[in-house]
Amino acid sequence: MAGGNVELKLVGQWASAFVTRVKLALHLKGLSYEIIEEDLRNKSELLLSSNPVHKAVPVLIHNGKPICESQIIVQYIDETLVGVGPSLLPADPYERAVARFWAAYIEDKLVAPWDRVFRVKTDEERGEEMKQMLAAVDVLEGGFKECSNGKCFFGGDCVGYVDVILGGAVSYAKANEAIFGAKLFDAAKTPLLAAWMERFCELDAAKAVLQDVDTVVKHGKFLVAKNSARASNN
Amino acid sequence: MALRMKGVSYEYIEQDVLDKGELLLKYNPVHKKVPVLIHNGVPLCESQIIVQYIDEVWAGANGASILPADPYERATARFWAAYVDDKLFPAWLGILKATSQDERTEKVNKTLAVVAQLELALAQCSNGKAFFAGDSVGFLDLVVGCNLFWFEALRRMFGVVFVEEGKTPLLAAWAERFGESGAARDVVPDADRAVEFAKKLMARRGSAPAAN
Repeated sequence: MAGGNVELKLVGQWASAFVTRVKLALHLKGLSYEIIEEDLRNKSELLLSSNPVHKAVPVLIHNGKPICESQIIVQYIDETLVGVGPSLLPADPYERAVARFWAAYIEDKLVAPWDRVFRVKTDEERGEEMKQMLAAVDVLEGGFKECSNGKCFFGGDCVGYVDVILGGAVSYAKANEAIFGAKLFDAAKTPLLAAWMERFCELDAAKAVLQDVDTVVKHGKFLVAKNSARASNN
Repeated sequence: MALRMKGVSYEYIEQDVLDKGELLLKYNPVHKKVPVLIHNGVPLCESQIIVQYIDEVWAGANGASILPADPYERATARFWAAYVDDKLFPAWLGILKATSQDERTEKVNKTLAVVAQLELALAQCSNGKAFFAGDSVGFLDLVVGCNLFWFEALRRMFGVVFVEEGKTPLLAAWAERFGESGAARDVVPDADRAVEFAKKLMARRGSAPAAN
């Protein structure tokens, strides 16, 4: 978009799957924004003042007002910002509740252990977290069946809310085998999710926004090594 | 509380969560938890999702809107609601689950820190009005308010006070107004029932006993 005020600023960090969710939503809606890349080891005044409670990315700043927490930001974008394309959340209240349910499930049961698997110190703890992640993926396969109704995405024919929420982590899903030795969406175990992932990656928004998988592998291995080293130094 | 606000009648089915029945396992196979709202035979799970569903299905009923109309206020309400579920609930539940006095003290301190943050949130959200949502009870009031009878139960069991005029004056005044509101009055359980339940839970888990 040429000229005019930049209404949308996204305070983010390239590696964050949560930030990636917001980028996906903005791209799907055809919305322009300014990206402000953070060094999370040296957080900017802007980040600290716009998210004083969590001091975390992403933060979307719309006309100077900050919105925090990636799922809340994506819903805000869907409800408020006039863009192109259909709504991410369905119109029907029951279908909206189902979408929110699976988005919450992904957050609590898949993303939470996924976050921990990089941070824990021992192989044993990592194994535990990976077990939880894989169990969640099994359940999510059923969730995909429920949401998609035989169609291509959680949102049906078009990309929807749950696709965006899970989509933010797709590069990490692809990197999982190289970092931890196990496929996350294994076509043999969870064929629907494995197929969904390939389809998702073909989207223009995904191609524009998803991190390069090799870079994520390198970054992931670095995090694991760093946190394991901390353990042996104690 | 949300159903009361909308003037919607419902059948209430009490569950023994320490001995879960078939109904709960059937309607919430993923989490096996309460609450579950069953609307025309179809189950909805997760309390914040259920409340938003109620708000959307019975939009305009009784004139009450649970979520704010303004999108930015809606995002703010959701932000603090997520904070309450992620930080407040596990902190005070941890007081009951603690297996040592040290752990209990840690959880009490965590709860106090979160409540201090909510005092600031109330100042910010209410803008000098009676409730988080403004002139009348809204989404965030329900999400925070449902913890109050448990705070009273914890006070009776452990002598801990989380909301008091001296330290959290806005929350203290809000808590009284909330308790008397149409949404909460006659809906929120008595703290003594919570104490009874807590004792059962703690005995089952082998938590460190209460002083009282």
